[in-house]
Amino acid sequence: MSAEAPAPGPTPSQTVGPFFGYALPFPKGGDLAPAGHPDTITVHGWVYDGAGQPVPDALIEVWQPAPDGSRHGAPGSLRRDPVTGAVLGRDGPAFTGFGRIATDADGHYAIRTLPPGGVPYLSLIVFARGLLHHLHTRVYLGDAEGDPLLGSLAPERRATLVATPEGGRVHRFDVRLQYDGVHEETVFLAFD
Amino acid sequence: MSTPLTQGDVSAEIADERAAYAKRLADGGAARDHPDRAYAPYRSSVLRHPKRPLVAAGAAAGDPEAVELSGPVFGVTDVTALDHDLTRQHRAEPLGERIKVTGRVLDRAGRPVRGQLVEIWQANASGRYAHQRDDHPAPLDPNFTGVGRTLTGEDGSYEFVTIKPGAYPWRNHVNAWRPAHIHFSLFGPAFTQRLVTQMYFPGDPLFAYDPILQSVTDDSARQRLIAAYDHDLSTPEWSLGYRWDIVLDGPAATWIEEGR
Repeated sequence: MSAEAPAPGPTPSQTVGPFFGYALPFPKGGDLAPAGHPDTITVHGWVYDGAGQPVPDALIEVWQPAPDGSRHGAPGSLRRDPVTGAVLGRDGPAFTGFGRIATDADGHYAIRTLPPGGVPYLSLIVFARGLLHHLHTRVYLGDAEGDPLLGSLAPERRATLVATPEGGRVHRFDVRLQYDGVHEETVFLAFD
Repeated sequence: MSTPLTQGDVSAEIADERAAYAKRLADGGAARDHPDRAYAPYRSSVLRHPKRPLVAAGAAAGDPEAVELSGPVFGVTDVTALDHDLTRQHRAEPLGERIKVTGRVLDRAGRPVRGQLVEIWQANASGRYAHQRDDHPAPLDPNFTGVGRTLTGEDGSYEFVTIKPGAYPWRNHVNAWRPAHIHFSLFGPAFTQRLVTQMYFPGDPLFAYDPILQSVTDDSARQRLIAAYDHDLSTPEWSLGYRWDIVLDGPAATWIEEGR
């Protein structure tokens, strides 16, 4: 096989801007769990800026293993009606592992999913108007002893990645894009 | 009450940022492919960027099993036959200059990114988005929504047919205008390779004034956001052609399941 020409440098990121709302979110984008599944957990919270104000034009994406630990995902998160083009949503049995949710006018998002198999966390990406390059973070659910990332963080930083149980299989996870004078900034991740 | 921010103020800040980056390079600093999230000429960035350094995770931090080294998949059920042609989504054709935009999606080793979802959205030919919050006085086009999707081919290629978007006014400062652009959203095999960006058109006179494009302070990196006009892609009596290749940053998937 002949050597390929070296690839040019990476294409730079640019902000998602204010008008992604009619293009990227899709109906039931945050509902990864099949409707009515008894193991469903809810992860919800608010996205805040450095003034402590909610961010109403952020977009959250989630990626996770299936409950059995498999990481191959499945197509169909945006399953479409070939007649009208409308989004039908996931078909139920196939666990796609992917979700996408725009924050509400009050900066709130909610994910209904099944517990990830093999790891104690969901992977999140945050996009927003004003954010020139998206941010990776993780939602840790409950005990995560021995996790290499959590183990590397000071307690106050570590706490920003651990969701707060609210009972009834509901977990609260806020994203703070910047320290607001009171609340610690969320830990964001680099993968190189 | 503060005085309104002028283009002169913003242009001076853009020049300062470029000078600071040039000095950083001259001092032996690494070239920067992506914008600094703390780029003050783009005012909305001021309260929306982390001030703490990012924390290393994944293989480089001793965790080759990180979930982010795998990623979501999409397939034929996620796109319809008309999704890639933004001029055929309504009863009649949209107004504007019909264009084809095509290119390849590669990973940073130069390998094609196959079968992955590419999404675009854009303003219409008058520079208006089909979004309730874009209320500036330019006409909506009942025959144009401005949303497209496709899956990349075996060679990483993608293709959209659309119309050239207009310049778009915004409120970063007085008389702020965005150069014509198409928003792109891309996936690679790993979640670490996710990219949302914007494609620009060659020779746009607004480039120098725009803090979002200029947030990429590296000259060669910034050029990579600008498509090339390609006459061989133009179709007689029909459309003009632009070529834009995209290279996804971030470590590629290490986790490959048999048969994938």
